[in-house]
Amino acid sequence: MHKPYNAIFLLALMILPAIAVAEGDDITWNTVLKSQFFAGKNIEESNAVIDLDAPYRAEDPAIVPVKVSSKFAQSKDKYIKKIWLFVDKNPFPFVGEFEFFPESGKADLALRVRVNTYSDIRAVAETNDGKFSMTKKFVKASGGCSAPIGADLDEAMKRLGKVKFRLDDGIQSGQPALTQLMISHPNLTGMQMDQMTRFIRKSHFIDQLKVTFNDKPVLNAKIDIAISADPNFRFYFVPDKAGELKAEFTDVSCESPTSRNVCNKGGSYSQSYTVSP
Amino acid sequence: MKFVLLIMGLLTSYSSMAAPPLSFSQVAPGIYLHTSAHHWPDRDNHGEIANIGFIVGERCVAVIDSGGSPQQGAALRNTIRQVTAKPVCYVINTHVHPDHIYGNIAFKEPGVQFVGHHKLARAMATRGDHYLGRAAELLDIQVNHDNIIPPDIEVNDSMTLNIGNRELVLTAHPSAHTDNDLSVYDKTTETIWLADLLFLEHIPVIDGSIKGWLSEIERLEKNHYKLVVPGHGHLVKDWPASLQPQKAYLNSLATEVRAMIKQGKTLEQAVNTVGLPAKKNWQLFEQFHRKNVTIAFAELEWED
Repeated sequence: MHKPYNAIFLLALMILPAIAVAEGDDITWNTVLKSQFFAGKNIEESNAVIDLDAPYRAEDPAIVPVKVSSKFAQSKDKYIKKIWLFVDKNPFPFVGEFEFFPESGKADLALRVRVNTYSDIRAVAETNDGKFSMTKKFVKASGGCSAPIGADLDEAMKRLGKVKFRLDDGIQSGQPALTQLMISHPNLTGMQMDQMTRFIRKSHFIDQLKVTFNDKPVLNAKIDIAISADPNFRFYFVPDKAGELKAEFTDVSCESPTSRNVCNKGGSYSQSYTVSP
Repeated sequence: MKFVLLIMGLLTSYSSMAAPPLSFSQVAPGIYLHTSAHHWPDRDNHGEIANIGFIVGERCVAVIDSGGSPQQGAALRNTIRQVTAKPVCYVINTHVHPDHIYGNIAFKEPGVQFVGHHKLARAMATRGDHYLGRAAELLDIQVNHDNIIPPDIEVNDSMTLNIGNRELVLTAHPSAHTDNDLSVYDKTTETIWLADLLFLEHIPVIDGSIKGWLSEIERLEKNHYKLVVPGHGHLVKDWPASLQPQKAYLNSLATEVRAMIKQGKTLEQAVNTVGLPAKKNWQLFEQFHRKNVTIAFAELEWED
């Protein structure tokens, strides 16, 4: 081998691992997630329907803010029906499936997720014409003393089920209004060291969430353990008149952190908020 | 018999070579402290980044934090053997973070009891898999479940250990740096080992509760101590003066985050704006400050 080739070969050896670390891969998507959630569907990788925002470096892997922004307003003719979120390399990659409606106004969604390790976060949108599009962001979850669990479980446990809505001042009738829904819940992952059986604690998380305004649907969600403790969602609804914004949710406890075959239903919760535009 | 002893001698000297003694100073009679420089835990330092040490009584030795790697634990054990013939009877883990507990395995033998906050075992259970799963990649060390040793003795509120004419008062603190912080007060020398309840130079790291930490600071500040040992930073002889930078940092973080929550700002906005001028005061600011803002925000948005 001539020397220049050696040099190139060495350079390649040096660069390749850097590339491998610098971005995610589609292995989990191609081998598991696509067939599990979208069998037989054609999914286009594109930013034409939704954009995905996530920090390149997750400062706290237990609380990684993620935002999906839609590229158009919801209307009867053209709207986003569903958005799925996944963290590829999490032990249970499914984050949630969020259903939107023409009445949602805008199919934007901001939430906080747990990211176990360096991973792609992936959002898939289905529009009302039956088409699917996907976008993704690579996130580096920091190491050190960080863990994607949550800092103070007992505090979260104490106020379990407490709900807060936050709306901006000066919302206008008929215009999409941004609201924040905060639910206090430890959203336990059920990940623990089995060797220390005295602390086997099953997962305990919110699995269903339904938001309505005057009984019309705004957002329906199936969610899982990748949602951070004290789930926090920002989304739109359209207050066409004074009324009641309502969040209903249930929680569940499952035997295994990574299987949903054996689960016990938990509680049902409901909280309303009076809106007067 | 002689042959066996000889073999054992060889083995001992081999493991001594593998783990050379750590640099220690006797900061007060019978109190030995290894202080570390401030680094992000990585493959070069193997996570050996915390202050660790031991206290020698007339009967036996209490280890306070065993180190950031099994090798550092072994080095600590070898150092103790050079200092005293008395056996180790307690290994006190001040909290769950790997830089304080990964040396535990070096002390696992009959007669040694592990001591921790009553929430330490739970924290080890919920975080252990995650820590262990990334140790090889991030720290270049080999660890498994054997390296994480839950306490034999759990401290609920406060407890006194006697190591032979020397009493150590252990206090289990409410959620502060973590939800399992334990401090050790040596009555003989009026020294308190605060571990990561106190950071100097190294930016304070919140992994428990900013409100809880601030109220513990208020409480501890009123006490008199001749010496205070931080988990990261130099030995303190001017308590509570050396506490002030940490107190100011946490206070202003809480104030600014509360203001943003009141204004309806988001976590993302807070992370990008809160407390950035404090960068000049702290090492490892870039690595931990935004995490601190995140944790503080998630906690304080529920306080009313």
